[in-house]
Amino acid sequence: MPDEPVGCARPTGKVVGEETPSSEVSEEKTKTGVQNMSMAKVGGKAPDFEAPAYHRGKFINVKLSDYLGKWVLICFYPGDFTFV
Amino acid sequence: MSAVAGKFDQLKELGVEVLSISTDSQFVHKIWEEEELSKMTKDGIPWPMVADGAGNLGRVYGVYDEANGVNIRGRFLIDPDGVIQAMEVLTPPVGRKFEETIRQIQAFQHVRNTKGAEACPAGWEPGKPTLKPGPDLVGKVWKVWQPEK
Repeated sequence: MPDEPVGCARPTGKVVGEETPSSEVSEEKTKTGVQNMSMAKVGGKAPDFEAPAYHRGKFINVKLSDYLGKWVLICFYPGDFTFV
Repeated sequence: MSAVAGKFDQLKELGVEVLSISTDSQFVHKIWEEEELSKMTKDGIPWPMVADGAGNLGRVYGVYDEANGVNIRGRFLIDPDGVIQAMEVLTPPVGRKFEETIRQIQAFQHVRNTKGAEACPAGWEPGKPTLKPGPDLVGKVWKVWQPEK
């Protein structure tokens, strides 16, 4: 894979599998008092994001929605060069 | 990280893709992988190591610690439809147990393969009995499942 320009990590504000933010969904969220940004919760669609990453010697862009159709394990951790 | 990398084959067999995320930049990920992790594991880190410098991803996943500027330990299992099936979040001093992650993946994959017709009770592992939720099971779980077995 060729190196691509990488930006900053940003949630797209959508959930995976949602191509365009539908007004229907945003209205519904406003009604329930939730902001446009969807938060992670079990049983709900994962918040989509795009972010730079290091993978096997290359810098790449990762988009969570590209993983649709596969099982994905996301692991957050406090920092590189730490011990646990 | 290295603990998971050493057992990555198990995740691969289960068809699970991995993304690790911290607030370190992709450049720091590169040096950590090259200088340290590659020496603690057979083949280095096989999955993308994602950079979340401003904690934007951590915030929407509820794991960003504003006071310390880092993402605390959080593990999210997402199914092929993009639905979060499991999440586990721990404060920093305690690490995760990989085997429990594998067990949950196997259980959620089993449920999905049965299209939800079967459920996996507490402590379920592959080969153990599952439950078939329905009117017949109400009040009769004890017949098919005991907590200590």
